[in-house]
Amino acid sequence: MKIAREEVLHVAHLARLSIDDDAVETFSEQLGSILEYVESLSRVDTSNVPPTAHAVEMANAFRKDEAARHLEREEAVANAPKAEEGHFIVPKVIE
Amino acid sequence: MEFAPVIGLEVHAQLKTRTKIFCSCSTRFGAPPNTHVCPVCLGMPGVLPVLNQAVVEYAMRMALATDCRIAPESRFARKNYFYPDLPKGYQISQYELPIAEHGQVNITRPDGTRKKIGITRIHMEEDAGKLIHDPDRSISMVDYNRTGVPLIEIVSEPDIESPEEAGAYLRQLRAVLRYLDISDGNMEEGSFRCDANVSVRPKESEQLGTRTELKNLNSFKFVEKALAYEINRQIRVISENGEVIQETRLWDMDKNRTFSMRGKEEAHDYRYFPDPDLVPLKIDEDWIARIQADLPELPDQRKDRFMAQFELPAYDADILTASRELADYFEACLRQVENPKLVSNWVMGNLLGLLNAEGKTIEETPISAEEMAELLKLVNDEVISGKIAKTVFDEMVASGKSPKAIVEEQGLVQVTDASAIEAVVDAVIDRCPNEVASYKAGKKKLLGFFVGQVMKETQGKANPQMVNQILKEKLG
Repeated sequence: MKIAREEVLHVAHLARLSIDDDAVETFSEQLGSILEYVESLSRVDTSNVPPTAHAVEMANAFRKDEAARHLEREEAVANAPKAEEGHFIVPKVIE
Repeated sequence: MEFAPVIGLEVHAQLKTRTKIFCSCSTRFGAPPNTHVCPVCLGMPGVLPVLNQAVVEYAMRMALATDCRIAPESRFARKNYFYPDLPKGYQISQYELPIAEHGQVNITRPDGTRKKIGITRIHMEEDAGKLIHDPDRSISMVDYNRTGVPLIEIVSEPDIESPEEAGAYLRQLRAVLRYLDISDGNMEEGSFRCDANVSVRPKESEQLGTRTELKNLNSFKFVEKALAYEINRQIRVISENGEVIQETRLWDMDKNRTFSMRGKEEAHDYRYFPDPDLVPLKIDEDWIARIQADLPELPDQRKDRFMAQFELPAYDADILTASRELADYFEACLRQVENPKLVSNWVMGNLLGLLNAEGKTIEETPISAEEMAELLKLVNDEVISGKIAKTVFDEMVASGKSPKAIVEEQGLVQVTDASAIEAVVDAVIDRCPNEVASYKAGKKKLLGFFVGQVMKETQGKANPQMVNQILKEKLG
């Protein structure tokens, strides 16, 4: 079952992916069959199963409120495509 | 048609833990850009966030202080959106299972009555980084020091019915946060931020109108002004048969108006889902009891105590307990001077007057509680009159000298010697035969004139009660 073309474009936009027309066609089929596959889970009766919040059965992993070493500024920006005076530089985006 | 505003507020308060919510970077404000960052808060691949326990406990304090129900199990969720202030491409927040829900705070309305404002929920989340937009080039500079600083978001029910109530609610929340010592609550510096949802409905109708969301409200004054403007705008739109559009509007403080934030009309699609990097948070009754036992006295409790223990009027108690520091100051003075109303009048009148005039907070007061107590002790023991005390107070501010030193240097000790006052009274009576005659003929208002003359003669040092009494006796 294919999903709608608009939905593929919407999801692509949310992920900031640009895809061409052929890919839209492919993805509407692939995403559709993925959804269909996952949908098979709904055939299982879960009425007596408590919701699972996490794959690992544990809770409360905490850290103490104590400062530890952070990166040097040069290290922090080392991978940035552009940096100036210790700032990351990005194209201007005003929301 | 008459309209009633319906207002709900979303407050983000920065918590003053030493470190960030999911990593060990310092939260200290004002460090050079990108010096308090690490692979976790920079969103590097392969890192794992680990929850700061202090953040949970701070949020629990706020939840208990606002009568919220703390969830036995809550979890963190990813809120997905792209903006350069968020290096991961998502913000870790809480969504369907927040740490606390269903609380309330009490506010005092402008007319002195109290009102409950419901709290829908409180949840924990991480702050985003700071963008500086270059004015000349089409670039923005990003500083991630603030990324990952812990926030709690406090969402109110739409119980607020006027801009003044909104102001009172915000001040109350801020006071509670500061009493709990979990946030600076500084709106101007951004550690306390507020967004408002506002709509209007016809008074006789229960049906809510379309709401707008107001942002960029970075002072208490702006919140009230922006709400007042927006309420009037919506009423005008509806009265002219227009339609209020659901949108985000920004407050323009220069033009005193709200304006539509265009280009953001597209509905957000945050695709929240549980963050698989973080395990659920479970809070049992024991833990809640421990936090509860540790809570300090809160503003409402302190206000009630001030009224009961010191017999202060509600008005005084309200002002004195508005900040923990001011209430501490008041109580520090009281330990030296056992006259609550005298201390209250001086703290609210002269001290707050001075601080407001200079734009200072109580923490920046030039007159310490000890100095204030020393001055008021002189008044309470009738060494100086209240009027002279004002002169001494001004001199303390100007010179920084102690009240005792000023009183001694300038010879301001109050005259309480009856014979000395009588001598001055006699001299004044001798000098003003006409006024004496009028007084005796029934013009009792002239007593004030005689008191004035005696005070002038003694440079304000005569004890006013004694002057009154002696004058009345002598004039018959």
